[in-house]
Amino acid sequence: MEKRKYQGIVNKYTPKENRMYNGLVAFVVGGLMGVLGEILMELYSYYLNIPYKEASVFMIVTLIFIGCLLTCLGFFDRAVHFAKCGLIVPITGFAHAMQSAALEFRKEGMIMGLGANMFKLSGSVIIFGVVSAYVFGLLRLLIMGA
Amino acid sequence: MTNEYNNVYLNCVSTVSGPYEANGPFSKLYDKSYSDFYFGEKTFEIAESKLIDESVDILLNKIGKTRFQIDLHISGDLMNQLVSSNYAASRLGIPYLGIYSACASSVEGLIIGANMVEHKVVNNCICSVSSHNTAAEKQFRYPVEYGGPKPRYTTFTTTGGCSAYLTREKKGVRIDSSTIGTVTDMGIKDVYNMGGVMACACGDTIYKHLMNTKREVGYYDLILSGDLGIYGKKMLVEYMKTEYNIDLKNYDDAASMIFDIDKQPVYAGGSGPACLPLVAYSYVFDKMKKGELSRVLLVATGALMNTSMVNQKLSIPSIAHAISLEVI
Repeated sequence: MEKRKYQGIVNKYTPKENRMYNGLVAFVVGGLMGVLGEILMELYSYYLNIPYKEASVFMIVTLIFIGCLLTCLGFFDRAVHFAKCGLIVPITGFAHAMQSAALEFRKEGMIMGLGANMFKLSGSVIIFGVVSAYVFGLLRLLIMGA
Repeated sequence: MTNEYNNVYLNCVSTVSGPYEANGPFSKLYDKSYSDFYFGEKTFEIAESKLIDESVDILLNKIGKTRFQIDLHISGDLMNQLVSSNYAASRLGIPYLGIYSACASSVEGLIIGANMVEHKVVNNCICSVSSHNTAAEKQFRYPVEYGGPKPRYTTFTTTGGCSAYLTREKKGVRIDSSTIGTVTDMGIKDVYNMGGVMACACGDTIYKHLMNTKREVGYYDLILSGDLGIYGKKMLVEYMKTEYNIDLKNYDDAASMIFDIDKQPVYAGGSGPACLPLVAYSYVFDKMKKGELSRVLLVATGALMNTSMVNQKLSIPSIAHAISLEVI
């Protein structure tokens, strides 16, 4: 059989993902994460007298901590299974990616296991984050001036 | 290539299953089941080699022999360098052959064993396979706790260890013939669509087996494919119809049977080298003993996937081997 004809059979019986539903769930869950972050920032600046701008750092640390804790307790993968990008795109997803890799490779030693593999998933986020920050920073400088 | 055997019997089998299989429809038919993924060991890889170890131990107990009375142990699994089989073999101390053809390893082992027993190279032989869900996830996909989203047509690696005992002694089930498949590549690149990758290899092997043995599809009471999943199963039926004009009768797929697909979070069904033998050595053997099935064709399918080659944008080759079993 020709490859193209066979691929036609495969495509015919491969079910399509419900993108509308997945997108909606991710939108709502991601939005709720934003609301949670905003509430935390308000609380920190109101009760702890931290300036609003600096409260964002405390908020991020809190969310990262909660994400890592839930990963270690084994709940976060189930949540990701449901909410998909609603939890992967926010900072919790980054923390989760590092934490899960760290948990996985801890048994292969601190240096060759945990250290070498912790950024297995999140390494590319950092690399391309830095590169795109540089490119967009340069663009901004060129278009809008210093 | 098809071989026929006159004097090889599958005397006895043993199965050890993991937690998801233990909640599936054949839970009561397994010799032993575990409720977690570690089985009291420190890592997933050691846990997987324990599956082979235990299934061989259970088998030796059943046949009443010690490991020194076994001439050959053939074993396969999914891990890099066959670590699970190798470590189990190092504890067992039986002369050992390690084999790999991904999820088709179970039948590959039986074919090698049957040929050696038939031609009196060895008097008896144990063929084992294992697979472990979280060990395979770690090696082929993401860290276990990451739980990255997957499409619903992907399959869920089964956790289990299975062993079979082959001799020329007339007991159990007769091995009638076997067909060694060829590697097929139809250009499918989606690592989650294993059913699509393997359906063509499965179809080709079934066709070659029927041609070489001059049999009709209806000759078999059951044709059981390895791990195509609920969507791959439909692809195979359509492929057989359009390519070879064969209507698959009495056909089922072990991947679609091993789990309760509606209730368990297993996507399109099971996969892994242990998927087919877990069903064949429990449910199918049970039916053959009761006389409800007399001729069964097991077709194990394997996607010969490698993460480096997939990242290099190459398509995934696949293979299928078939073995025909008959009630004495």
